[in-house]
Amino acid sequence: MRLGVQAASQPGAQDASAGTPPAVAPSAASAQRSVRSEPLICARGLVKRFGSIVAVDGIDFDIYLGESFGFLGPNGAGKTSTMRMIACMSPVSEGTLRVLGMDPAVDGAKIRARIGLVPQEDSLDLELTVLDNLIIYGRYFDIPRRVIRERAKRLLDFAELTDRAHSKVDPLSGGMKRRLTIARALVSEPDLLILDEPTTGLDPQARHLLWDRLYRLKAQGVTLVITTHYMDEAEQLCDRLVVMNDGRIAAEGTPHSLIERYSTKEVLELRKPLGMTGVAERLAGIADRVEELADRVLLYTDDGDAALEAVRLREFPYEHALVRRSTLEDVFLRLTGRSLID
Amino acid sequence: MKLATALDSGRGRPFPLARITPSTLLGGGRARRVVERNILVYRRGWIFIVSGFFEPFFYLLSIGIGLNKLVGVVEVGGRAIPYTSFVAAGLLAASAMNGAIFDATFGIFFKLKIVKTYDAMLSTPLGPADVARGELAWALIRGGAYAGAFLVVMAGLGYVGSGWAVVCFPAAVLVSFAFSGAGMAATTYMRSWQDFDLVSLAVLPLFLFSATFYPLGVYPGWLQLIVRLTPLYQGVALLRGLDLGLFSWSLLGHGVYLLVMGALGLAVSARRLSVLVLP
Ligand SMILES: Nc1ncnc2c1ncn2[C@@H]1O[C@H](COP(=O)(O)OP(=O)(O)OP(=O)(O)O)[C@@H](O)[C@H]1O
Ligand SMILES: [Mg+2]
Repeated sequence: MRLGVQAASQPGAQDASAGTPPAVAPSAASAQRSVRSEPLICARGLVKRFGSIVAVDGIDFDIYLGESFGFLGPNGAGKTSTMRMIACMSPVSEGTLRVLGMDPAVDGAKIRARIGLVPQEDSLDLELTVLDNLIIYGRYFDIPRRVIRERAKRLLDFAELTDRAHSKVDPLSGGMKRRLTIARALVSEPDLLILDEPTTGLDPQARHLLWDRLYRLKAQGVTLVITTHYMDEAEQLCDRLVVMNDGRIAAEGTPHSLIERYSTKEVLELRKPLGMTGVAERLAGIADRVEELADRVLLYTDDGDAALEAVRLREFPYEHALVRRSTLEDVFLRLTGRSLID
Repeated sequence: MKLATALDSGRGRPFPLARITPSTLLGGGRARRVVERNILVYRRGWIFIVSGFFEPFFYLLSIGIGLNKLVGVVEVGGRAIPYTSFVAAGLLAASAMNGAIFDATFGIFFKLKIVKTYDAMLSTPLGPADVARGELAWALIRGGAYAGAFLVVMAGLGYVGSGWAVVCFPAAVLVSFAFSGAGMAATTYMRSWQDFDLVSLAVLPLFLFSATFYPLGVYPGWLQLIVRLTPLYQGVALLRGLDLGLFSWSLLGHGVYLLVMGALGLAVSARRLSVLVLP
């Protein structure tokens, strides 16, 4: 039953400390994929409570080896709480959780030895330099210094921080700190990478660089668990994702299937005049669904151009119109009643 | 590594005291990494370490030379002892306490609440017990360095009571252990820097009343009884007894008191770190 997981555990922490290359050999990874019986992470009725606050309210999910799995949701949906439970940094209040075939309550240290965590808030060591941050973090995983030094060189390059290697962490810009945090999570060459809003605070170039790097890790067989507020990121990176709302999972699927299921083919987006009321009534019947935001009206329909024609006929006073394809953003809006960029 | 895992599984359960055995107290296994991290930090901040040495040194000089003129000899266990020897052993215990408390309170609070060092550590295979043991081990390394230097100065000034003074070294480290453990545990309950006033409030009377500067006999009976129960008195009595080579079963009692105090502090610290950093 645990065959896949056991095999995956071989190139784990011990090997890393012996100085062998990548934690997951591609051959081992592809061998795993055929054994799809046991998920790498499995949650059933997972609950997290903080006193009377229910942060995670009974969720089920399975994440398989080599997959890249996303958690989407508005602020306070319970994404970070879920990530922390997976990373064995927060005890499960109720339900079951198995990570890498082990129970976080029993084998927390063993699990963490194979996880790379990019927490939502950087937890860099402010008393150390950039390079020393990478070195000591690797040492926490019992990796020999020689191996870490060699990896650190590459990771600094990747994070574009080579020239800041001997600078303290505090004076770095927010984006630089973020990149260092990501580099730090990779120093142990983890089997499972947990990224809690990894690209928040990164400039577009750094974001694309990170996506590229994540693709490559995925190709090596590393499993990715990502939370994000960026829909393009989710569409780009995630094989499958769940949308969380109020501690529950509202929907689950591939980006494509979610769009198909929860949205129409096209969306007509109208910028409306400020302070306009009674929009819904005036546009009734034109589209399958009308969503009114602060500055825009979204009309969900399979034929955007036809809808626009109908809007014109009713002499609806819009300032600007755009017909586009549905995105995850629309799924998100539908499921959570919230816009992502508000 | 097995041990670290075993300790780690103590998360979420009350008081992993049973898991803390003497061989692990000094930071074997993963706790070593915490020490390693502190060495990396202090490689550059060596001034701080040097200052920790000079403080007791100044005490020794000023009180030793100054009060010795006034007091001359003191009677301990029926023997007349030069006041310098009497007070030096007391100061050694007091400085071990001061150093340990300072590091365990300000140092740990800074890492726990201000720079959040432990958040990162606990996202790795390190567990709360490893962190607590590592910080304690680090405190003992520093405490040991100070105590060693103190003893050398003491010997240089001719303030040691007997050849047995060498045994004061491990005993002073034991005092550091007790106060580091207790200080660290107390720190995990602190909410802001204001709470540190309470630490001073506790440490100052200990420093002044624990028979550090004069024999216990000068106090009225009830006060003697209270002092006998306080932690620094154990250290002072232990170090003074060893320094003078005056052995008795009571020294063992003092030693056990300090050992239990440190171990309890360690267990509470590990438990509290788990609650605070891994909610
Ligand atoms: N340590 C804590 N103590 C008390 N409540 C907490 C704690 N951590 C999270 N919560 C609560 O749990 C709920 C979910 O928070 P969580 O951080 O998991 O949300 P999130 O989906 O990550 O949100 P965001 O997108 O803002 O990061 C919130 O109501 C939050 O206030
Ligand atoms: Mg979050």
